[in-house]
Amino acid sequence: MSHKVSVTVNGTTHERQVEARLLLSDFLRHDLGLTGTHVGCEHGVCGACTILLDGLPVRSCLMLAAQTNGRAVTTIEGLSTDGKLSPLQEAFRDTHALQCGYCTPGMLTTMTAFLAETPNPSEDEIREALSGNLCRCTGYQNIVDAVKLASQRMAR
Amino acid sequence: MSIRSFGQPIKRNEDGRLLQGKALFVDDVELPRMLHAAFVRSPYAHARIRGIDTQAAKKRPGVVAIYTATDLGAYWRPGFLLVPPPPIAGITFNERTQVPLVKDKVRHAGEPVAVVIAEDRYIAEDAVAEVVVDYEELPAVVDLEQARDARSGFVHDDLKTNVAAHVRQIKGDYAKAVAGAACVIKRRFLYDRGSSLPIETRGVVAHWDAKADRMTIWDTTQAPVFLRNGLAAMLGLSERQVRVIAPFIGGGFGPKIMMFYPEEVILPWAARKLARPIKWIEDRFEHFFATTHERGQLHDAEIALTTDGRILGVKDVFLHDTGAYDPYGLTVPINSQCTLLGPYHIPNYDSTFTALFTNKPIVTPYRGAGRQHGVFVIERLLDIAARELKLDRAEIRRRNFIPPDDFPYNNQIIYQDFTALTYDSGNYGPILDKALKAIGYAGFRDEQARQRAKGKHLGLGIVAYVEGTGIGPYEGAKVQVQASGKVSVATGIGTQGQGHYTSFAQIVADQVGAKVTDIEVVTGDTDQFYWGAGTFASRGAVVAGNAVNEAAKVVRQKILRTAAEHFECAEADLVIEDGKVTVNGVPGKSVALGVLANVANPMRGAVKPGTEPGLEATSYFGPEMGATAAGVHAMIVEVDPETLMVEIKDYVVVHDCGTVINPLILAGQIHGGVAQGIGNAFYEQLVFDGQGQLRNASLADYLIPTALDVPRMTLDHTVTPSPLNPLGIKGAGEAGAIPVGPLFAQAVEDALGLPDKGIELNEIPLSPSRLWELAGSADNITASQQARVR
Repeated sequence: MSHKVSVTVNGTTHERQVEARLLLSDFLRHDLGLTGTHVGCEHGVCGACTILLDGLPVRSCLMLAAQTNGRAVTTIEGLSTDGKLSPLQEAFRDTHALQCGYCTPGMLTTMTAFLAETPNPSEDEIREALSGNLCRCTGYQNIVDAVKLASQRMAR
Repeated sequence: MSIRSFGQPIKRNEDGRLLQGKALFVDDVELPRMLHAAFVRSPYAHARIRGIDTQAAKKRPGVVAIYTATDLGAYWRPGFLLVPPPPIAGITFNERTQVPLVKDKVRHAGEPVAVVIAEDRYIAEDAVAEVVVDYEELPAVVDLEQARDARSGFVHDDLKTNVAAHVRQIKGDYAKAVAGAACVIKRRFLYDRGSSLPIETRGVVAHWDAKADRMTIWDTTQAPVFLRNGLAAMLGLSERQVRVIAPFIGGGFGPKIMMFYPEEVILPWAARKLARPIKWIEDRFEHFFATTHERGQLHDAEIALTTDGRILGVKDVFLHDTGAYDPYGLTVPINSQCTLLGPYHIPNYDSTFTALFTNKPIVTPYRGAGRQHGVFVIERLLDIAARELKLDRAEIRRRNFIPPDDFPYNNQIIYQDFTALTYDSGNYGPILDKALKAIGYAGFRDEQARQRAKGKHLGLGIVAYVEGTGIGPYEGAKVQVQASGKVSVATGIGTQGQGHYTSFAQIVADQVGAKVTDIEVVTGDTDQFYWGAGTFASRGAVVAGNAVNEAAKVVRQKILRTAAEHFECAEADLVIEDGKVTVNGVPGKSVALGVLANVANPMRGAVKPGTEPGLEATSYFGPEMGATAAGVHAMIVEVDPETLMVEIKDYVVVHDCGTVINPLILAGQIHGGVAQGIGNAFYEQLVFDGQGQLRNASLADYLIPTALDVPRMTLDHTVTPSPLNPLGIKGAGEAGAIPVGPLFAQAVEDALGLPDKGIELNEIPLSPSRLWELAGSADNITASQQARVR
């Protein structure tokens, strides 16, 4: 059973025929070649595969490609424009908020949505918002600092 | 040199790519006509295979091939013994390494029995479910102590024992130490199993190019060169015909080293046979079984002391769970045995371990690699001794520190690198002083009492440790100035987030006078650099870093020589900076590095005899032995006496890893290590039932720390450069993770006043539920002494 989907990803609309069971994560990575979205657990816990669906963070391993018909998806590739990093991406670099970089796509998408909703977060709020995304390298401290720094820069 | 970049907190070169989703990870490799593999894995931990029926599965549309052990023919062979046993007199070592696919008997749950190769991963997984394997389940050997009993059965029947190894190492005479001791303390300590759990699981892509007669393998490995050499030998190819690429790797932590895992052995073979590229990506459920574990040990230890708390001797007898196979030799238990000695002068030591095969996944090094267990045992013994002798717990440690004048300090036993365990350098007192000050040790008892009056239970922990780092054999590097003016650096180690693209660039930048961002580092590609060992044992910065430095120094000499000829001046008159060479005091007389690179590589004309083209050099560095880093961690916790939930209020790390290349990267390594240590101490336990079934093989059940669990840390450093390498570096990759267990136990005991109730915390992990059992039990010490490794 396959479905026709028309989905806008990072501003470009794609029309594809997809198998009903095709995961959104696999569709993005392997059908569209947007491999910046990483898959860490395929059961919705680690958060690495988080994308923005109409601006809200969603685990792309827990969603089917067919469900995105008519929706807009933003992946890590859509966060920077013409190679210019977003304030959040820039802050991640400045505070050494990534090591292996595997969880980073999910951190960036989740925190992009969080900062849109909470422009001036406290550390506790940041940690709470980060708690659904697992990182095994950084111990989170520098990620917390990056989000704080980005919020300060964006407020200016 | 105008600005020295070595030692500066420079932002990472690799981040731009990673932050935009442009970095290549193994699962990002897409090749035309690529097939996908999925493995049929045993649901039983111990079972004989009576038969495998692949007929139905083979009929599924899209299935290309299904292979079992018999299909592999002569290619089927047990894996390599990666680390042979060290030269220790009188040891027993039974080598049993993992097999590509099970032929006769399954030895742990999840062991691969067959491989399905199909047009896509979905089809491959459908077909896996259709392969019918007839198993005869056998009783599983799970419990460490039971593994010693022949009635439990044997993991490897031909051995007629489950003993994988037996090693005794002795320094001095422990019996004499006891005879002269005022106090002897004996305890049993348990350290249970965990998983390193990188966020990226393992994966392999194999591509056989028949026209080029070459095999290319992308692999999530920490040691691409060893993997290339081994696979070439297995495939009957020359090493030049095999290229292994370890691209960006999503965390390694040990288990991603060159294991010759079944999947990395089978994919190249199948790709050649089918003449199509094949990809396999481990799923998270598989990862819990198919990737190696660490940690299960049971120690019966004792310490003999004088009345003033000086250690006279330590005796330790321990069991080490090596899982179903022992491809990594004795590295983990030897590390436990050696690291127990810590930063202390222990004149008499008698340590015996027995490594046992069990029907559980294989145990190989994971960040810390056995050091945790040794540190747990000695630090807990010192805590108990301090109480018995009515000494301050920081003071008992200080009294036993090896004095700074006693280095190099020979511990007289053999370490994992086959040399006598010798600490190259160290100065432990100042590390402790800084940590005590930072955690507020002096005022803590008063604060604890104040908070206690308000109903809050605060506790403090403070522990010390050493870490043997930067072992040999060697690493190499090639540094080359390009015509573009950029400088390329290639080394054979792999990178899993350690910032090599930046720290190695910093080393080179100072030598060749180029910007850090103009230095392009390549790691983990055997076509770029032929020789090397790998990234493990906190050795990348030490060993590869020094090789990079040596090569860069030679390139610097070549730059000066070429420029001197170019300007017809003396080398001493030249200044290298900002990507160019200038004649000192002569404005305008300057040449860019890229131009000089072309000058050194003429297209026409004769060159002098012995001339080497280009501004390029390859150098190697091999330390005579490992460099010993050291540190003290301190923390304050608050424990809820009702729920036994532990909250970390303050965490201090004072660390000495010699000269620091990049403090930003170093801090990141420490933060991450502590986070893994917290998980290890508090949450992470692989729970097996009596049949060897892993009960919590998902991220929903095996909890790792989140941003809510890992506290903000205060870091400080002392610098005692290693005399063993020109840069004075010691490794730092594992330090954060090593001492957290005993720290946690000590702080929680302190918070709840457990010792006053006769309760000790002598096991790890200490989840709230386990703490509840331990702290709630009146005859707790008995209970904890009966703890068993499951």
